[in-house]
Amino acid sequence: MAQDRTNPRLVLRGIVKRFPGVLANDHVDLEVYRGEIHALLGENGAGKSTLVKIIHGVLAADEGEILWEGEPVAPRNPAEARALGVGMVFQHFSLFDSLTVAENVQLAMDGARDLEVIAKRVRDVSAHYGLSIDPERHVHDLAVGERQRVEIVRCLMQNPRLLIMDEPTSVLTPQEAEDLFKVLRRLADEGVSVLYISHKLAEIRVLCHQATVLRAGKVVGTQDPRTCSSKDLARMMIGDDLAALERRAPKVSGAVRLKVDNLSMASDTPHGVDLRHVSLEVAAGEILGIAGVAGNGQNVLLSALSGEHHAARGESVRIEGKPVGHLGPRERRDLGLAVVPEERLGRGTVPELSLADNALLSSYGKGNLVTRGFVDHERSHGLAEHIITLFGVRAVGAKAAARSLSGGNLQKFIIGREILQNPTLLVASQPTWGVDAGAAAAIHRALLDLRDKGAGILVISQDLDELFAISDRIAVICAGRLSEARPAHEATLEQVGLMMGGLFDPPEPGGSVSGGPESRGMEVLS
Amino acid sequence: MNGRSVGFLTLEPRAHASRHWVWGAPLLAVALTLVVGAILFAALGKDPIAALVGFFITPLTSAYGLAELGVKAAPLAMIAVGLAVGFRANVWNIGAEGQLTMGAIMAGGFVLSVNHLSGFWILPLAVVFGALGGALWAAIPAWLKTHFNANEILTSLMLTYVAQLLLNWLVHGPWRDPAGFNFPESEVFSPSATLPILWEGTRLHLGVAIAVIAVLAIWVLLSKSFLGFQIKVMGLAPRAGAYAGFSLRKVVLTVLPLSGALAGMAGFFEVAGPIGQLQPAISPGYGFTAIIVAFLGRLHPVGILFAACFMALTYLGGESVQMFMGLPLAVTGLFQGMILFFLLGADVLIRFRIRIGAPRPGKAA
Repeated sequence: MAQDRTNPRLVLRGIVKRFPGVLANDHVDLEVYRGEIHALLGENGAGKSTLVKIIHGVLAADEGEILWEGEPVAPRNPAEARALGVGMVFQHFSLFDSLTVAENVQLAMDGARDLEVIAKRVRDVSAHYGLSIDPERHVHDLAVGERQRVEIVRCLMQNPRLLIMDEPTSVLTPQEAEDLFKVLRRLADEGVSVLYISHKLAEIRVLCHQATVLRAGKVVGTQDPRTCSSKDLARMMIGDDLAALERRAPKVSGAVRLKVDNLSMASDTPHGVDLRHVSLEVAAGEILGIAGVAGNGQNVLLSALSGEHHAARGESVRIEGKPVGHLGPRERRDLGLAVVPEERLGRGTVPELSLADNALLSSYGKGNLVTRGFVDHERSHGLAEHIITLFGVRAVGAKAAARSLSGGNLQKFIIGREILQNPTLLVASQPTWGVDAGAAAAIHRALLDLRDKGAGILVISQDLDELFAISDRIAVICAGRLSEARPAHEATLEQVGLMMGGLFDPPEPGGSVSGGPESRGMEVLS
Repeated sequence: MNGRSVGFLTLEPRAHASRHWVWGAPLLAVALTLVVGAILFAALGKDPIAALVGFFITPLTSAYGLAELGVKAAPLAMIAVGLAVGFRANVWNIGAEGQLTMGAIMAGGFVLSVNHLSGFWILPLAVVFGALGGALWAAIPAWLKTHFNANEILTSLMLTYVAQLLLNWLVHGPWRDPAGFNFPESEVFSPSATLPILWEGTRLHLGVAIAVIAVLAIWVLLSKSFLGFQIKVMGLAPRAGAYAGFSLRKVVLTVLPLSGALAGMAGFFEVAGPIGQLQPAISPGYGFTAIIVAFLGRLHPVGILFAACFMALTYLGGESVQMFMGLPLAVTGLFQGMILFFLLGADVLIRFRIRIGAPRPGKAA
């Protein structure tokens, strides 16, 4: 181990960053040593991203100082940070789809270099760290895990002494994450410092040497994550113990709420993933979880179920036995469907409009909110107030604009709005993505309560912990194909992880034997 | 990030756009127009105060002037509320001038065919024909948009010139008054097809009252009806509208003909009111000026009523300074242009701030 705990490579002292109305970083101190993998842990909104943006020169701190190898520095932009030896791999990749790997790397190098030389360097670097990247391939052909490797290699070409990784495993399967950890450990052994941002406690405990926990912009403590339990870290992160989710066995009555039969649908975005021969069933009183890495057809599946996109055959989607493939959202809602889309602002709600108007947005068919073409504003206002109190939404009232709410509160509002329509079938995509732990627990509670009342629920999520916590059965979507669903208590994290990489035989239409996974799914594993 | 930069000036988005300034901007634009207008008058060698008084006050000091204000504000307000409904839904009807012309043609054609008759039924029916003409003319860009995704800004604007040429041909040819000494004009409309005067001794006609009613009706539509709600949602967040099950197609096929109908009615009111017959020029650009009125009124019916009165005043003021001070009629266009320029500028500065110097590193690039 090349850790050297005498001279810290990076020291932050009393970093303060204010945004209008928010203190994003409140006198943050941090020390990162040579060869150390240092976790920056905290909930969404705790100030992690702001802090690394300051280190990376994207933002300037209002107060405090940064010491790099003992010298005070103030990088004014990412190029200056790069010159110091700070590299960053972002959560959202910044690659050009239509260029090759080598061309993308060339663009990031200061000063144009010969493409041949770069391609050779890419090969050398990737071979050295076991990253397996072909510099000649086009980025749009690469799977998400491979794109991340390109980002990492691009960073490593600059010989960084500090590598910042922002939530790197949120787009990876558990197996891909394990490969990434090997690379990071190897870099640490060579003396590179790694600042690892995450809110996943399990991976921090196996990977990191130190963990600094941020809450509401302040450092609440620095711990060796290998010696303290996940529970301790969670308590530091949330500031409270989370009530364990209590679950009752499902009371499946046998009524089929939703039946999807051999549904194929083209994506409406270029480079989007098409839905291919998807079949599934959701029974009354159960939660079916659909796992999968983002961008594997979840968006098309949701709009095919919600009615935003019509299916070619009406019978390929059935709600309560009725073919609805040709029906729009309104007609499907009348049959008992409620939908929670992934994007809260701009799809689940209209950002500029009040909560009262946003309550009306999907509830207009119910509760006499609209009579003879006129909106009963008193009723929609009352409905919004009802949602706010019943689901503990923190908002100044029904007149508050949707965009003035935090992500978690807005999501509670949307979930509440959908649940109050007494749906017999609820389809929810990423119900707790970016939501703080307290709100996530409340949302899970609400979903389980709805299930216990006899509704069928379909949850699409990237978060395996969430799916294992609330689902009765789990299926996996990869490259637009859906696996057979299996009972959640029989499935293991490892199995589901492998399936997320495309390693499953999709149920074939007409009962013919399948010829194994297609090449696109396999690429992810290679 | 969203910063835009021209040379050493950078526009940076503000964290919060002030709500007060949403209504403050039009007032500021009016004030700036007056100041620059004064400078302009001074540069033309006129006493700026006297010229401004002549432009903005003198027309309002007589009964005739006040009535004329109503006569000119009515078509502006009626067209502008129709446009505002579309603009709120992100449907950009720029061709209200053409729809106005088409309304006048349809209604005028009907009136000329029954011009020898009299009866109370002629006028309401002619109003319906006017609305229909405008609505059908606006339905063309609507249909082109929903079926071919053709940009309604271009198609509605181009159809304006088609309508004007059609009117020109009609009054020069088939509809020319045989007893009209070869002037390109139709017969004068019969009293049954002429709008009654509401205020004796002025030109204030029934159309002005109907325009006020139309503005109020649109106000109710926008603020109370479910259709108004759908229009708002579609304009602000089309994906949320699709999620809710609203149809963009339906909204386009509703709002474009609706704004066309209002413009068409305004067109008939012009020919059946102040003009009394079909002529090659029936509107001093009301259809285009109404676009400025809609924005000056913040796309809100009440705001539009005030904005229409102000813009009507620029027409009257232009005529007044032309008559009494010998200034060119182009002053009207200048004032209208300045108003729009300052309003757009103020709107940009509500959402952005100007910073002198190159874009801040990493922030704007």
